[in-house]
Amino acid sequence: MDTPLLDPLRPHIARVRSTRREAPDVWTLELDADQAPPCGFAPGQFNMLTAFGVGEVPISFSGDPAEPGRVRHTVRAVGAVSSALTRLDCGAVLGVRGPFGTGWPLPEAVGRDVVLIAGGLGIAPLRPALYQLLAERARYGRLSLLYGTRGPRDILFRRELEAWRARADLTVEVTVDHATHPWHGHVGVVTTLIERARLDSDRTLALVCGPEVMMRFAAEALGAAGLAAEAIFLSLERNMHCGLGTCGHCQLGGLLVCRDGPVVRYDRVRDALRIREL
Amino acid sequence: MSVETDAAQVIDVAGFSQLLGWLAEQGYRLVGPTVRDDTIAYDDIASAEDLPRGWTDEQAPGHYRLKRRNDAALFGYAVGAHSYKRFFHPPWETLWRARREHDTLQIRDEPSPAQRLALIGVRACEIRAIAIQDRVLMERDPLYRARRADTFIAAVNCTTPGGTCFCVSMQAGPQVSTGFDVALTELGGVDPPAFVVQAATRAGRDALTAITHRPATEAEMAAAATAVQHAAGQMGRQMPSTDLPQLLLRNLEHPRWSALAERCLACGNCTMVCPTCFCTTVEDTSDLSGREISRARRWDSCFTAEFSSVHGGSVRPGTRARYRQWMTHKLATWPEQFGTSGCVGCGRCITWCPVGIDITEELAALAREAAQ
Repeated sequence: MDTPLLDPLRPHIARVRSTRREAPDVWTLELDADQAPPCGFAPGQFNMLTAFGVGEVPISFSGDPAEPGRVRHTVRAVGAVSSALTRLDCGAVLGVRGPFGTGWPLPEAVGRDVVLIAGGLGIAPLRPALYQLLAERARYGRLSLLYGTRGPRDILFRRELEAWRARADLTVEVTVDHATHPWHGHVGVVTTLIERARLDSDRTLALVCGPEVMMRFAAEALGAAGLAAEAIFLSLERNMHCGLGTCGHCQLGGLLVCRDGPVVRYDRVRDALRIREL
Repeated sequence: MSVETDAAQVIDVAGFSQLLGWLAEQGYRLVGPTVRDDTIAYDDIASAEDLPRGWTDEQAPGHYRLKRRNDAALFGYAVGAHSYKRFFHPPWETLWRARREHDTLQIRDEPSPAQRLALIGVRACEIRAIAIQDRVLMERDPLYRARRADTFIAAVNCTTPGGTCFCVSMQAGPQVSTGFDVALTELGGVDPPAFVVQAATRAGRDALTAITHRPATEAEMAAAATAVQHAAGQMGRQMPSTDLPQLLLRNLEHPRWSALAERCLACGNCTMVCPTCFCTTVEDTSDLSGREISRARRWDSCFTAEFSSVHGGSVRPGTRARYRQWMTHKLATWPEQFGTSGCVGCGRCITWCPVGIDITEELAALAREAAQ
C-alpha cells in the first residue's frame, strides 16, 4: 500500500501513552502522535520505530485498525534498538515512519474460513487481522487461531486469548514447545495443531506469522491438509531498513520485502524459502 | 532508443574550454575526469588543463595502471574506480539532526542538497548507470531527486575501452544514445585534439551556440563513427549471450558458488566501485548528553554480515551466499525489481577486485557447466 509521505526519510515524533508488559522480554507500547496525525493502517503492515540516538527498527502494528488514534506496537527486547524501545517510559518520545508494506488479504477472506497461525511474537502482526475479522464476524465462515510459543511464560496477550477462547464463534488453540511451568494445555510445535484442526481445505484461507522455519513447516502442513499455496499467506521477516525499497537490505530473491511484503502469498516464495541463505 | 541530435559540429580544445567556461557562467559546478592517486578520478574541474590529457590506463582483473599516451588526447582512457554515483547518491550524508530539550524533541532538516551539476566527459556506460540509478532512486529518495534534478551531461563516445570493459555485451555502449545534452567524439590522430559534437537538448544547443564551432565535414563524421565502431571491437571482456536471469536463478545451488567463495574476500570493493549498486544503511548517533542526535546514511555492501542480519543472526552468514546475492541481484532479480539489468559492462568490479574475480568469466563458466 503506497502512502504519500512528505519526507519519507524523516520520522514523525510520537510519545508513549502507555506500556504493558506482555512477557518477560516483550512489551506493548501505545503511542500518541505529537506532530502528525497517526494514519490508518492495514493489518499486517509495519512502522519503522526510532529510539532516538540508538537506531530504527521495523515493528508491526499490533493494535486495532478500527482505532487509528491508538497506535500499538508489540516489541521484543532482542537488540540495542528494540531494548531501548521497551525501556521507554510513559511520555517518552520516539520516532515513527510508516505505515509500510503489504497487509493481510482480508478482502479475499470474505465468505471463507480463516485460520490464523502464529508462532511466538508472530501473534502481534496477526492481532490486528483478528480484531478486524471479529468486528466483521458475520462476513466470514469458521475462524480459528492456532498459537504456539516456546513455553507458557512466552504466551502474549493472555487476557485477550482467554476472552477469545470463551467465544463460541472463534476456535483458539494454544500449544507450547516445552512445558516448564504448570501447564495443562497442548505440548508440541504449532504444526501439530494444524493436523488436529480439521480445516475445510476448499474454504480456508491461512494467515501465518512466526519464525521463518516455523512458517515453512506450517505451510507444508497446510499443504498436506489440502490447502492450495494460493490460499496461504506468510509474513516474512528480513532486515527492513528504509521501508521504501531503496536500501536493499530486505531482499529475498526478487522481493524487496519492505515493499512487496511483509505479507506475501506462499506460492511466490515457496521455492526461495527452500534455498539456504538466499 | 536514441535521442534526436542536431547536425554535427567540430570544436577544438579552445572550444572545449569555452564550453566549460560557459557552463560555469550558467552556475554549474563542473565535474569530470582528473588524475589523482595514479588513477582517473572524477573531481571538480575548471578547464581542459584539469583533464588527464595524454594519459591512458591499463586494466585487467585486479590490475590498474596509468600510462602515458604518445598523443595529447583528452579522453584516451577508460573509467577509473569512481563513477558519477557519488555526486547524486553520496557515500555518506546526514539525513537529519534532532535536539532534545527536557521532554521534547525537534527534528531539523538538513539544507537541501539541490545543485546545478555539469558532468564532463561521461561515457555511455556511465550514462546507462545514471539511468539505472534514476529508476531505483528518483521517485523514492527526495535527496537523490534534489541532487539529480538539474544536471547537464556532456557525453563522450568511448574510443579507448579498457581491458575489463564489456559494455557492448550489455548494450550500454560505446556509443551514447540517450541521456545527454551534448555528445563529443574525440578525433584520433589529430594534434591538437578536435571533437565532433552534437547537441541533443535545448541546453546542449545553447551551449554549442555560445562557443566557437564549425560544421563537421563528411570525412570528420565518418572518422568519428569509425573510431567508435573500432572501440566496439576492442572490448576486453564479453558477457555470455544467454538468458542471464534464467541461468542464475536455475543454478542457485550450483557448486561454482562454493568455488567462487573460496576466492572472494567479501571485501565489498565490487559494490563500492559499481556505478549502480545503491544499497545504504543508516547510523544514529548522539552526543554524550543524549541531546544532540543525528542520523547519517552511508553506502552499504551486501558482502557484510550485518547487511542481512535479523534478530536471529545474518540471513547470509557465508561468503558463498553473499556473492550469490550480489551477482544474482545485479543480473537476475534487478530486472524483476526495476525493469532493467543492474550491469552496464564498465568492468570496474573486475579491475578493482583484489583477487581478480571476473564476473564475465564466472557467468561463462556457469553457462558452460550448466549446459553439461
